[in-house]
This record gives sequence, C-alpha cells and structure tokens, in this order.
Amino acid sequence: MNKAREEGIITSITGYRRPYFATQPAYLYPGYRSTLKRAPTQPLVFLPHTLSEVTGPVFGYDDVKPTDSDLTRQHDGEPLGERIVVSGRILDENARPVAHALVELWQANAAGRYRHAVDDHDAPLDPNFTGVGRVLTDGEGRYRFVTIKPGAYPWRNHYNAWRPAHLHFSLFGLGLVQRLVTQMYFPGDPLLEYDPMYNSVPDDKARPRMISSFDWETTIPDIALAYRYDIVLRGRDATPMETSRS
Amino acid sequence: MSLLTTSSQTVGPYVKIGFESFTVVELAPPSVSGERITLSGRVADGDGKPVNDAVIEIWQANALGKYAHPEDAQDKPVEAGFRGFGRCLTDAKGGYRFTTIKPGRVPGPAGAPQAPHIVVTVFMRGLLKHLITRVYFPDEAANAEDPVLKLVPADRRATLIARRSPRDKAALEWNVILQGQDETVFFDY
Repeated sequence: MNKAREEGIITSITGYRRPYFATQPAYLYPGYRSTLKRAPTQPLVFLPHTLSEVTGPVFGYDDVKPTDSDLTRQHDGEPLGERIVVSGRILDENARPVAHALVELWQANAAGRYRHAVDDHDAPLDPNFTGVGRVLTDGEGRYRFVTIKPGAYPWRNHYNAWRPAHLHFSLFGLGLVQRLVTQMYFPGDPLLEYDPMYNSVPDDKARPRMISSFDWETTIPDIALAYRYDIVLRGRDATPMETSRS
Repeated sequence: MSLLTTSSQTVGPYVKIGFESFTVVELAPPSVSGERITLSGRVADGDGKPVNDAVIEIWQANALGKYAHPEDAQDKPVEAGFRGFGRCLTDAKGGYRFTTIKPGRVPGPAGAPQAPHIVVTVFMRGLLKHLITRVYFPDEAANAEDPVLKLVPADRRATLIARRSPRDKAALEWNVILQGQDETVFFDY
C-alpha cells in the first residue's frame, strides 16, 4: 500500500465533461415566468469535480418493486386512456450504458390531470391511476415502463398556455454530477412550438432529442403502442481533473 | 463516439407526486457511528417568499470520510445502513429537515483534504436545471483551507456555512436563498 493510499488520499479523480454548449437551458428564461424569481442572479462558482461530485447514491433492486414500472397495474382496476410502452437506454456522452441507474417517472393522467393537491385543472382524476413509476436500468442501461399516454393541460404562464403531453423523468447516474431531470415529449405534438419549457433549450439539435419516437418493434400487438426514448447523461473527461482545469 | 447530453427540464409544480414515495429524511439508523446532527432550514425566492414546492437532496460521506460508492478507493470502511443520500420535499413554509451524522473529511483536488461538507442539490418549479451547492460546518478550522470554499468570493462564503442553533448544539440551520443580498452560492457544475 503506497503512502497516499495509507493516508486515505486520492490524487487523481477523473471528472465529468461540462455539458456541450447550449444543450442545457439557462436558469433565467423570461418566457417561463417562474424563472424570474427563482433563477440565481449572482455568478455561479466553478466547481471542480472532487470525490464528492464523482460519487453519488447507489441504488439496488431492493429500491424498486416489479409493479413500480407498470403504471397500469398499481390499482384494482385499469386506468382510462391509451396504454403505451416507453422504453430506451440510459447512456453517457461516450455512448457507454449506465447500468443499474435509478429512473423515476411521474405524469398527468389521460385527461391531463395530476394526482396532486395543487392541480385544479377541470379534468377528472382517475381512481386507477397514480402516475408515478420507478425502475432500475439493467446491465446494458435499458429501462421499460408501461403506462398511459398523458393528456395536454393548461397552465397559467401566459394567455391560452398549454403544456404538450409529457412524462417527467428523473435519473441518477453513477456520479452526482450525472444527475438529470428532464421531460419526454411525443412525436408530432403541435403544442411543442408554443411551449416555453421545450424552447428553453437553445441548441437546435438538442431540443428534438427530448421527443420520443414511435417504435413499431416494441409495440405489443393488440395491446399497446410503444415509444422509444434514450437519455444521455454526462460522460467522463478523458484526462484527470487536475490537469484539465478549464 | 460522442452523444449530445439530454437537456434538463424543470421538475415542475407536481414533483411531489413523483418524489414523495421516495423521501429519505433520516439518513443514519442507530447502528451508524458518528456525531448526530439535524440539518434544517428554509428555501426562499427572490421576493423572500417561502418556496413550498422545492426538493432538497443531500449527499455525504460517513463519519470516517468514506462515500458508500465504488469509486471511493480510500482504505476506510463503509457502514451498513448508511447510503449517504437524503431527499426532502419542502413544506408549506418552505422548510426542510434531515437527521444525519456529521461527515468526515474526504480528499479534494491534488489530495488535499476537504473540510467536512454535505453536497446539496435543489429542484423546483422555475428551475430549468437543478442547482448544486454545499453546506459546511460552523467553528471548523478546516474551512479556512478548504479547496472548494477558497474558490468562493470571501464575502459570500458565509452563505455556505450552517449556523448552530443557540438552543441545541446538534441542530444546524442553513437556508437556501435563491436571489438577493444573501443569495446562496450556487456552483457551475
């Protein structure tokens, strides 16, 4: 055991790449009104990736139940709406699968209503739909949910504002700085071009990556249409952090 | 091969339904060693109003300064029952509260030890991407030499250091102030 190891010191940590230019929204985006009082106003401080940032919570199969990934089977009856399969892979920027990552999902029901106390949209709740799921990716980074296609719903951001149908995704990668929360949209949705959330992403190539694609191959005959949605988390820098400080 | 990172989007106003069944506010069962602490405070927006729809996640090492993660190669033990992860949804007054143990020191850049700290991730409606910040401990000599704290302008460092409650030495208080004069330091991660 060398001296550094004996003293509990690690001398080289390989950090994660900073997100590619304009793939991420800015904190302040006036088109989305809630950012005005919540976006930081002081300059952010550059954070080197230390052991505290390249590590992160590790989850296991004890953290999820089989019914957590099938949102149509969490109640005695079947939820109303269009049954869908949503599957894909969690990869990093270097195209490596992110294995055993915790994926969390929440969404509105088919009528565009969340089972949440502050959602007062005049649309029915569904007693057979909670709208919450959770799954662990397999060794190849694959995940799969069965759920109901959510409805669009109005919000108060501006006059006649409607959110396009979407699923909220929360991802834990291997390291804390890989953490990501995003939204998955559906192909061909005419509301996307009006949506400040979707349009908050400046990069023209990055924005449509949030739209899933119809997937005939994983569609279940006579049962459910399927959508494919791959998610890319940040990848490792090629060189150790100390020598690549930007 | 290089893939474009997926864009971040806000958790929105209904994040509670997504996260409430997986909240962790007590991180350390009795079997876990270390100095017991509570970490609590509130989240306030640019008008000083409480943020009642935020999510605070914390990540920390155990009392020996070891993370429960395969990349922590230090020759120190992990402790059964201590993952080091917490998640709390803020209440109607913008408040959050964790009970945990004070983490030990972990190595920083070039091997220099960091002062004890907890990494904090903040999500809420109105944040198109989450915020990352850190909480340090009061009366800690090591803070003066901490390699990350040293990167923070001196006049803003106090926003990252918890205050000890005058009534209870084990109770640490630390607020997340999103905007204004006492704005918390957030990191470019």
